[in-house]
Amino acid sequence: MIEIPFLILAVLAFLGGLGVIVFRQPIHCAISLLLTLLSLAGIYLILHAEFIAVAQILIYAGGILIIFLIAIMFISVSEAEKKKKWVSSYQFFALFGILLFVNLSFFISSTVFGKGKGFSEIINKYGGDTQAISDSLYVHYLIPFEVVSLFLLVAMIGAIIMGRWAVKK
Amino acid sequence: MIPQEWILFLSLSLLILGIIGVMIRKNLVIMLLSLELILNAINLNFVSFSYYWGNTMGQVFSIFVMTVAAGEAAIGLSIIIVVYRLRKTMDADTIKEMEG
Repeated sequence: MIEIPFLILAVLAFLGGLGVIVFRQPIHCAISLLLTLLSLAGIYLILHAEFIAVAQILIYAGGILIIFLIAIMFISVSEAEKKKKWVSSYQFFALFGILLFVNLSFFISSTVFGKGKGFSEIINKYGGDTQAISDSLYVHYLIPFEVVSLFLLVAMIGAIIMGRWAVKK
Repeated sequence: MIPQEWILFLSLSLLILGIIGVMIRKNLVIMLLSLELILNAINLNFVSFSYYWGNTMGQVFSIFVMTVAAGEAAIGLSIIIVVYRLRKTMDADTIKEMEG
């Protein structure tokens, strides 16, 4: 019975995502996103993507969310700004979201998804999920992998330059 | 075995929550948090198709998406901190020089 853990994790992920857009304080939104990230890591474990689950916890929950928390810590919103209206007209956007959900879920439920080989065959062939990913990542996608490292270098340099510029101002 | 439609519905609802969050919130940090929600929905789609089709390509792409999300968070937050130091505000509605 793998469905019940999946349903629990799915409800937790949805509630976390809802919390991101309804909580007022940014710190509560960030903690709510943490709930979503951890639930999605659990769903990845159910889907036999162990490497992605661990990378999700390490990169998202351990890296990106910490950057967000540090940025929130730097920023102190004034009292006058806290009193202001914090969302636009949300009734209209809630209706928009429901309509978009109904529309797209109609397409999901009317599509017949083809079945491939199934993932257990790959796990049996390589001996595990991480081995299969490494074979794919370091053999077929080696050049994109290197380009992504260049991207990270550019992002790091850009963030440092902008931080120094803000200090000089 | 979980039907794939369930996972796609979860991914769709996370995507829509992220889109609505980007549209209704005025705080720049929370708009970036909603973007992370959208990227997570995409990752979930990639991993689910990888599992049901027996192909590791989706998981490799979700690693790339995570890398892009990390770079986007770093750059976006540094831009937001620069904007905060210049304007002392986080309200996306008050920053409208480009609008004219």
